[in-house]
Amino acid sequence: MALNYTKKTINHFLKPQNIGEINKPDGYAQIGNMVCGDQLDFFLKVEKGKIKDVKFLSFGCASNIATASLLTEKVKGMTIAEAKKYKWETVVAELGGLPSQKIHCSIMAVQGLRKAIADYESRQVIEPTFGKKVKKVKNIKKTVADKKK
Amino acid sequence: MKVYLDNGATTRLDPRVLAKMKPYLTEKYGNASSIHFLGQSAYLDLMGAKERVAKILGGEAESVIFTSGATESNNMIVKGVALANQTKGNKIIVSNIEHPCVRESANELARAGFKVEFVPANSDGIVTPEALEKLIDKETILVSIMTVNNEIGTINDITALSKVAHKYGAYFHTDAVQAIPYLKIDIKKMGIDLLSLSGHKFHGPKGVGVAYIGKGIKIKPLIVGGGQENNLRSGTYNLPGIMGLVYALELAYKERTAYLKRVKELRDYFWKTINKEISGLKLNGSLTKRTPANLNVMFGSIEGEAILMDLSYKGICVSTGSACSATNLRASHVLMAIGLNKNFLNSNIRFSFGKFNTRSEIDYTIKALKDTVKRLRNFSPIK
Repeated sequence: MALNYTKKTINHFLKPQNIGEINKPDGYAQIGNMVCGDQLDFFLKVEKGKIKDVKFLSFGCASNIATASLLTEKVKGMTIAEAKKYKWETVVAELGGLPSQKIHCSIMAVQGLRKAIADYESRQVIEPTFGKKVKKVKNIKKTVADKKK
Repeated sequence: MKVYLDNGATTRLDPRVLAKMKPYLTEKYGNASSIHFLGQSAYLDLMGAKERVAKILGGEAESVIFTSGATESNNMIVKGVALANQTKGNKIIVSNIEHPCVRESANELARAGFKVEFVPANSDGIVTPEALEKLIDKETILVSIMTVNNEIGTINDITALSKVAHKYGAYFHTDAVQAIPYLKIDIKKMGIDLLSLSGHKFHGPKGVGVAYIGKGIKIKPLIVGGGQENNLRSGTYNLPGIMGLVYALELAYKERTAYLKRVKELRDYFWKTINKEISGLKLNGSLTKRTPANLNVMFGSIEGEAILMDLSYKGICVSTGSACSATNLRASHVLMAIGLNKNFLNSNIRFSFGKFNTRSEIDYTIKALKDTVKRLRNFSPIK
């Protein structure tokens, strides 16, 4: 089977959107690794519950790069709740299809984004009383880890 | 510009070869098994073709069998010799850098109850006689070790390896698909009992190959039917393909000296330049014990298929490892076998040169490759 990418996939591969890193991201995640042949790193900047900026780095094939590019383009500006619901099937549909052996790329990209959102959420603490107020706690992971000890 | 640097996968048919093939499709289309004049003329050409192949390979005409290609030849020989010689023993030895058609044939034998051993290549990509000696015994029916590896172009010492096989009374087979015309094959001097070739690897046609089966070697045919090729391989003789293969083989050796010089110059110039102008490259396999047509390069922080696709959109054809690995997405068993760090198994490109490549194509490729690597490294998470 040949790798027949759609024009849209090719464009995202040749001119990927949102590549790079975000300094001091509100959420970060790495998914995959070099041994498997795919790795994506996602960086999030969140403001008022919305994805203000999202960037990625890729060690991966053309469709790994293209799916991450499309996904970041789509979720930029979405609320966290909306972005969490973004499906890999939608990535595939938006690209006009992917070769069957490349479907896993779209799954990995969506999982990576969700992992970065989970990282963002783990850094948030919602005040139990009076609801609505959201307080940001830095280094919560470290604090939790320290408590466990 | 279009640049074809995937000659290890297949090569462009030489137009002179095509010219020799054409009459066998349009005028001399007789079935070589027919006894009328059209059939008999085809039959005579077929017999002549066997003589010509035997002459180049230093073997005997009656041992030359034409097949559909090396995959068939390798399947036929590995399985056929094992199945027909079970009185000798139960063991088959193949190297761990063989083409999948040899490896999978061996695996099929293992499932059928044969004892199959994989002799490991060293870190240079060479299978040594010492390594073979460690695994072989009197029970061994067949040893199959490729002449030249398809992914990294490394060359095995066939004469020394066949000696080890014969010491234990085993037959020696070599898949010599990638060896033409880089090595002078002399079946008798090199101690080769069985050999496989494929027409399209040396600017001949696809769909035709050779299985050389030494005199007196018992073999179970893979394809049965009308009894062609002395009952060893049934099916109508593919005269256009056979005549094309033979002529391509003759041309390859006739023009060998000048070609080898030119291809080595291009390959060495390419490697020297990219190694100087792109940081962090590593050559997979020995530089000296490989054919002048092959380069297999590790790029470190970026993924092979991304490099391949980026070059492809610039008109350049290369491969990741081998053409077979392009669609099954498995890391190269050859690079694993030579002990490449597993982090880098997915960062490699094979550049395989051929007789139609020019210096300006290589210059264009160098420039394109520099851009590709720079672009992809720019957003790689691996620092």
